[in-house]
Amino acid sequence: MEIKDKIVPLLQEQFPETNFEVTDFRGDLKIKFDASLIVPVGNFLKQHDELKFNMCEDVTAVDWATKKKRFTIIYHIYSLENKFRLRLACDVEENHPHIESVVPVWKSANWYERETYDMYGIKFDNHPDLRRMYMPEEYEYYPLRKEYPLMGIPGDLTLPKK
Amino acid sequence: MGLEAKLMSDGFLTTTIDALVGWARESSVWPMPMGISCCGIEMMAVAGPKYDIARFGSEVMRFTPRQCDVMLVAGTVTYKMSHVVKKIYDQMPDPKWVIAMGVCTSTGGMYRSYSVVQGIDHFLPVDIYLAGCPPRPDNLLNALMLIQDKIKNTKAREFQNIPLLEPVKVNGN
Amino acid sequence: MEKLTKDDVHPSIVKALLDQETNITFEDALENEMILNMGPQHPATHGVLRVLLRLDGETIVAAVPDLGYLHRGYEKMAENMSFYEFIPHTDRLDYISPPANNTAFCLAVEKLYGIEAPLRAQYIRMIMTELARITSHLVAVGSLAMDVGALTVFLWCLREREKVLNSYDIICGARFTTSYTRIGGVAADMPDEAIVIIKDFIAQFEEKLDEAERLLNTNRIFVERLEGVGVISGEEAINMGLTGPNLRGSGIDHDLRRANPYMLYDQMDFKVPVYNEGDSLARYFVRADELRESCKIILQCLDKMPKGEIMLNSPKKVLPRKTEIYTKMEELIHDFMIVNFGVKPPVGDIYSAVENPKGELGFYIVSKGEGHPWKMKIRSPSFCNLQSLGGLIKGHMISDVVAIIGSLDPVMGEADK
Repeated sequence: MEIKDKIVPLLQEQFPETNFEVTDFRGDLKIKFDASLIVPVGNFLKQHDELKFNMCEDVTAVDWATKKKRFTIIYHIYSLENKFRLRLACDVEENHPHIESVVPVWKSANWYERETYDMYGIKFDNHPDLRRMYMPEEYEYYPLRKEYPLMGIPGDLTLPKK
Repeated sequence: MGLEAKLMSDGFLTTTIDALVGWARESSVWPMPMGISCCGIEMMAVAGPKYDIARFGSEVMRFTPRQCDVMLVAGTVTYKMSHVVKKIYDQMPDPKWVIAMGVCTSTGGMYRSYSVVQGIDHFLPVDIYLAGCPPRPDNLLNALMLIQDKIKNTKAREFQNIPLLEPVKVNGN
Repeated sequence: MEKLTKDDVHPSIVKALLDQETNITFEDALENEMILNMGPQHPATHGVLRVLLRLDGETIVAAVPDLGYLHRGYEKMAENMSFYEFIPHTDRLDYISPPANNTAFCLAVEKLYGIEAPLRAQYIRMIMTELARITSHLVAVGSLAMDVGALTVFLWCLREREKVLNSYDIICGARFTTSYTRIGGVAADMPDEAIVIIKDFIAQFEEKLDEAERLLNTNRIFVERLEGVGVISGEEAINMGLTGPNLRGSGIDHDLRRANPYMLYDQMDFKVPVYNEGDSLARYFVRADELRESCKIILQCLDKMPKGEIMLNSPKKVLPRKTEIYTKMEELIHDFMIVNFGVKPPVGDIYSAVENPKGELGFYIVSKGEGHPWKMKIRSPSFCNLQSLGGLIKGHMISDVVAIIGSLDPVMGEADK
């Protein structure tokens, strides 16, 4: 039995009341579930003896530009032992978008979450050091949101005097 | 020996001070390598053995602005970086020149986006705009030679804004 | 040096530095701990990396990297252009190894489209990727040596790199930013002349590499400045998300070319160098060994490379050849449609990762069935590797900072995106 077929039954067994939405597109396994469960699910996937998803490769978000469930937070985690990559997805709302930070589970998520905060304005609760990653600290906007224009808002970033 | 041996014991040359100073200046243009991104790598290649910027007297890459004559802004300048570039430019002693290396430095180039300054001439006086993304090292050498030409032909008073003396008018014909 | 005032450093950065009780002040530096600003304009920070150091004497108590000085908004731009238009931008991600990035991006888009490049194109891509690995590691080793004071090796490495760039010049017409791959193949066939140049280069490279290594490996200054400096254990390296040579320097045998083979790496015979020490010297050794392995892969590719097509024949998904555009109506229409509106992929999202010289370069593409990506996330290895910097330089001297940054080998174009 391949690792790919094991993950979902194991998860379902551990979290019987949760609805896991599974998609398999071009061989990428994606599991979507409720945002409040990200830390327990992450802990389970990391510490399970067979799965061992010990590396968090990426955290990002997708802005769907819809009223309901505007953002989806995407986690890519990798199991060095099984050589398998898994994608986790959680929807969050537009109004005060927030999700529990996974830094206690995967240390490397620290900067990825900061980057996501910088680009989308999604708050990661209990993040040790939630600052902007790229843009200046006093910057007001979140550039990767769909309503933000490509060329920026005139005057939002300052230039030195000539 | 050289030229001096051909001259008589106390030989001399006549020239203008400007020509002499210009000649001295143009053959020792010390660059301030402001390597920001991709163009910075090509700048390293110019310093490397194949293109060898030392042939033009500019091998002395000084990373402190106080000892430099020309600033090579090599790479995309973002709004966040622009303050740093300007601060370093301000620390360079006069006279100073600026080469905007690459299109994204000159005009923003392929980076039409919120964080990139669309040309460093928004906050810096630029002497040479260098095309290419990134320009080939030969092109940078060309820019350097153009800067040398410019230096050679600049009068010393132009740096200090001293007006030329009025020519003496002879009255009464 | 100008005195750093409180206004120069944003309060939140200061707060991150002072995560514990301290008697720090900005004004009276000698009496207390001190904050030192390093970068973004600093010869040894490899671009525009800024690190704020909190010092006790010369020992670093805490370090906070500050990124974003080269943030060019790639992900936003990608949402506003078709997949074809984005290929030149991938050159400028990790600008020391452009062909490797091109290949990574095209593999991602091909995965989304569900197509695969023809065999010859895949071999050419592998050759280019490995050449890119050679150039990247040469610059990495050279600049690491320069950072710790050995300028000769830097010049020698640049000399070797120029030889590789010469072959790029002949293969695709650009010496540096190649934009060589296309979706479904490569832009131009590899001429025989280039093959000769590559073979000549590899034939003399081993000797030149030995020569450079003799200068470094037996050099007491070089070894002592790197040995035991910036140690990271294997477990910690995984936790911090290190990939590439930095992870393999910590004793973790993980290489995506082996773990999840893409292109034809499963048919290649090569070793994955792994060192267990986890210090800067081990990371240097991994890179030096990988240079040799890359040469081996290139030679095998040149041997096995078949003749044949270099672009996939799939008119609706792949740009037609220029000669056909000018003579056939249908190709002209396809070309017009692809250039103007892009190729419409199926709805879905994919993540495709390759082993770049710096580590794992991944593209996460969300498609809504339009010619341009709805969202594209670039998982850049330098960004993730830099994350470990703060922990690595803690407790070391200021002069070790440059050595550790050099051994991590970040490229800011990729880290800042």
